[in-house]
Amino acid sequence: MNGRFHLLLPSASSLSGRIDALWWTMVCLCGAVAIGVFVVMWAFCIRYRKGRQIDRTLSHSTTPIELTWTLAPLVIFVGVFGWSLFLYAREESPPKDAQTIYVVAKQWMWKVQHPGGQREINQLHVPLDVSIRLTMTSQDVIHSFYVPAFRVKQDVLPGRYTQLWFAATQLGTFPLFCTQYCGLDHSRMGGQVIVMRPQDYASWLRDNGGSATLAAHGAALFRSLGCSGCHGTEASVHAPDLDGIYGRRVYLADGSDVTADDAYIRDSILLPDKQVVAGYAPIMPSFQGQVNEDGLLALIAYLKSTRAPPVNATESTQNGHH
Amino acid sequence: MNAMNASVSEIESLRERGLLEKQFDDPVQQREAATLGMWVFLSTEIVFFGVLFASYAICRILYPQGFAAASRETDMLMGTIETAVLLTSSSLIALGVRAIKLEQRKTAVWLLAGTAALGTTFLVMHGFEYYREYTEQLIPGLNFARGGPYARAIELFFCLYYFITGFHSLHVLAGVCVIAGLALRVARGSFGSERFTTLELTALYWHLVDIVWIFVYPLLYLVGRSG
Amino acid sequence: MATIDADTVTDAVPRSFLNAEAGLGSWLTTHDHKRIAILYSIGITFFFFLGGIAATLIRLNLLKPSGALLNTETYNKAFTFHGVVMVWFFLIPSIPATLGNFLLPLMIGARDVAFPKLNLVSWYLYVTGGLFTICALLMGGVDTGWTFYTPFSTMFSNSNVFLVIVGVFVTGFSTIFTGLNFIVTIHNLRMPGMSWFKLPLFVWAMYAVSLVMVLATPVLAMTLALIGLERGLGVGVFDPALGGDPLLFQHLFWFYSHPAVYIMILPAMGVASEIIPCFAQRDIFGYRFMVYAMVAIAVIGFLVWGHHMFVAGMSVYAGLVFSILSFLVAVPSAIKVFNWTATLHKGTISFEAPMLYALGFVGLFMLGGMTGLMLAAPALDVPLHDTYFVIAHFHYVMVGGSVMAYLGGIHYWWPKITGKLYSEPLAKFSAILMFCGFNLTFFPQYVLGYEGMPRRYAHYAPQFQVLNVLSSAGASILAISYLLPLFYLGWSLFRGTVAGDNPWNARGLEWQTTSPPPEKNFYKPPVVQQAYAYDRPAP
Repeated sequence: MNGRFHLLLPSASSLSGRIDALWWTMVCLCGAVAIGVFVVMWAFCIRYRKGRQIDRTLSHSTTPIELTWTLAPLVIFVGVFGWSLFLYAREESPPKDAQTIYVVAKQWMWKVQHPGGQREINQLHVPLDVSIRLTMTSQDVIHSFYVPAFRVKQDVLPGRYTQLWFAATQLGTFPLFCTQYCGLDHSRMGGQVIVMRPQDYASWLRDNGGSATLAAHGAALFRSLGCSGCHGTEASVHAPDLDGIYGRRVYLADGSDVTADDAYIRDSILLPDKQVVAGYAPIMPSFQGQVNEDGLLALIAYLKSTRAPPVNATESTQNGHH
Repeated sequence: MNAMNASVSEIESLRERGLLEKQFDDPVQQREAATLGMWVFLSTEIVFFGVLFASYAICRILYPQGFAAASRETDMLMGTIETAVLLTSSSLIALGVRAIKLEQRKTAVWLLAGTAALGTTFLVMHGFEYYREYTEQLIPGLNFARGGPYARAIELFFCLYYFITGFHSLHVLAGVCVIAGLALRVARGSFGSERFTTLELTALYWHLVDIVWIFVYPLLYLVGRSG
Repeated sequence: MATIDADTVTDAVPRSFLNAEAGLGSWLTTHDHKRIAILYSIGITFFFFLGGIAATLIRLNLLKPSGALLNTETYNKAFTFHGVVMVWFFLIPSIPATLGNFLLPLMIGARDVAFPKLNLVSWYLYVTGGLFTICALLMGGVDTGWTFYTPFSTMFSNSNVFLVIVGVFVTGFSTIFTGLNFIVTIHNLRMPGMSWFKLPLFVWAMYAVSLVMVLATPVLAMTLALIGLERGLGVGVFDPALGGDPLLFQHLFWFYSHPAVYIMILPAMGVASEIIPCFAQRDIFGYRFMVYAMVAIAVIGFLVWGHHMFVAGMSVYAGLVFSILSFLVAVPSAIKVFNWTATLHKGTISFEAPMLYALGFVGLFMLGGMTGLMLAAPALDVPLHDTYFVIAHFHYVMVGGSVMAYLGGIHYWWPKITGKLYSEPLAKFSAILMFCGFNLTFFPQYVLGYEGMPRRYAHYAPQFQVLNVLSSAGASILAISYLLPLFYLGWSLFRGTVAGDNPWNARGLEWQTTSPPPEKNFYKPPVVQQAYAYDRPAP
């Protein structure tokens, strides 16, 4: 793939075919209009050039034509917009069963973390025909994750999580580029996405497995950073129970409520006073500077893996979350 | 000049006396152009301050409690007195323009001087406010020292506070200088019932400066003080 | 014997605004809008070539995938400088400050703009801002890209961001005051009989652009001030580490910068609307629709800024709203393209250089505008954003559009401004060379973008080399076509034939005075007609 020029970009994801359909339709439509206008311009220039004897009396009613070429483009544009709307909605909604892989961008490399603990730099191994959701953040400036062959792109911001999803439909190696200017080596911040058959992917995971899954790594951090000191079942401090919190509705002190997603958990760790839970005092300290982006993702993975205790369980039968 | 067309010789005389610029055909056109020019300029000022207010609004939506805590650190008494000072100065300059139109020159001079004096008072009071905030270590980038859960939001609030009030104070200062200069010129007889457009338009500017403050005051000083 | 008017010919050279007063001092303290226009044109030409040198370095470097000429840091500074200079010191002032300043009072029958002293102040602000920017260059340049995205520009860049910000901030006031001046001039200084719907479309374009300049530029000023604050004090509203929001910067920046691109194109549309009726010797097709279209572009242009941020982390719903509005803003532009084409119908068409530039403008603007439509659809913007496709798109509208129209305008009004005719064969050759060179430079970039080459890349993947070499080859042709006018226009100042009052048999009040005009613009009051009254002889 690298080094060989193809006029037609490979269409290697589940949506790239549909995006290409819209693309080529637009190219043909715009091309047709452009050619039409050029032909008419040339025709008029030749037909009505100075020195040529021809009838030049003007008709004075121009409004019908003007309205036509006001409304016709409007209708066409709205049609294109509608088509794009459905496609875009699809692009922005990962399937519920999408597997999450975490990406941390920093000047000037991509750090990829699989849930099983496998880590990669500037490379992303994915299985064929499986929906993959990338949850991404940056350690410094804004970057952008771009795989031309999949037609996907998403800016990666510091201080928050952004996501993109795709399902690769072709085996092979496809270039990955950073496409938001991020400083000196922006143009060298690239890599590859390697699509493998599911069996090959499974063996790759085995061969490259880290010593612990991401969630296990997060559990260790939960202990070592002292989170369990307040949020554990034995804690004397009054702090919210975090078992099964991921995806739950959380009620805040100012009366509003939010869903506990990646961003909420990250903010709670770094900026705890931003969204204080109802019924609790804002005494949680910030862990800014004590945990890096990789660690935050591990903690999130850990919290995702916990399950809420059964409603009527007593303390002795509750599942410990360690 | 009244609405009747001035005659050619009157126009010539106005040009010779430097009262009618050469691009204008008559004094009415000149005054209308100057007025429209001032209104367009004021609309750009509204956009300038609008960006600052928008930034403030967004940050406040993100940190409602932090901003409330920060606002309680401002000096509400000073802010209230400053508001009264500016509002009074606006009425003084409006009365001053009216006085000129009625050829009451001495009254006009006093009113304009009073406006400038009140504007200066406003600036001096702001100076005291800033000094107090300096001693209480509330100046980001210099000596900001606040801890607690809302520290960051308070720092953000005060960034915006200094930018907005500082930017506003620059406008007050410019206005004070111009109004003081105009007071001197009225005393020397440069303006009268036939020539007051400059005063009118300066008053317009001053009213805008006042109106901006009327938004600044509650947004910066009164948040979180209602209970 | 008839008395000789002291204003008309008493020597071999008639008195005009050019020789009304002599000496550099008289030029630097002038209140004459025509002289101020010429002062601007010197600065604008200078910055055009400065930005062009940066472009030359860029295209030379891109001949090889690993960079042929510059190290990475210098390349990053080159494209930043190219953007900053071309956008703020060339494109935005170009037509309004030169042609607009010169022609606006003439076209409405006035003696000058409403506030001539403010006009001179505007020029000095432009020069001061330019000096700050040149200072920044001399002290090592800036490497943030002309868009100054945070947190890179506030927290990470080690270059002279502050100096450039001050330069752009100061020049922004030049733009604001010019816009203010034009609005009041058009409202108040139209001569008796010159009603709104008799105004030439160039005047309408100046009016629309002035509204945008006046309302959008203050937003840029404050946004840059906030960046300066954050960089200087280390605190601010955009830094995520402090709980600030980098996306807020993008919203504020693009809220100005999208209307800014309409500041760049509306005057060009005004110029084309003057040239095409003249060289087709007929009334513009659909005058009222053309007026409404320009005003619609100015208004809707304020509502579409989010289409620069579809992949930035904005919500999907916001994206859809900005998308439909971006499609809507294309409708008035389409109307204009069709109307210009229809103006050729039943005309009497000749192909002098201004007409070649104007027709080139219509074609290239149309191509650029249509690729803009593709980018307006988020589903297509996702793969194309921040690639060479976007670069090609905006160069088609800004260079193929605005710059061609600017050059067309310079050629069209050159006889009026200087009193001389330039060499028509050389000018025609330049125009055609420019059209060809431009397409060779920028069409391959559409393909590059589709293929996935990102922008702002000092090094690129090897498969992109062929198209890059093609593009650089085109750029060399384009460069020649920009240098040629410098020579033959300059030559015409000394050796050109005398032009006469109306060499093109055009309509419009500026053609009813001498070439060049006297300082007071008109010796006798011009006759007001319907705009583009080509069905009647010139008064």
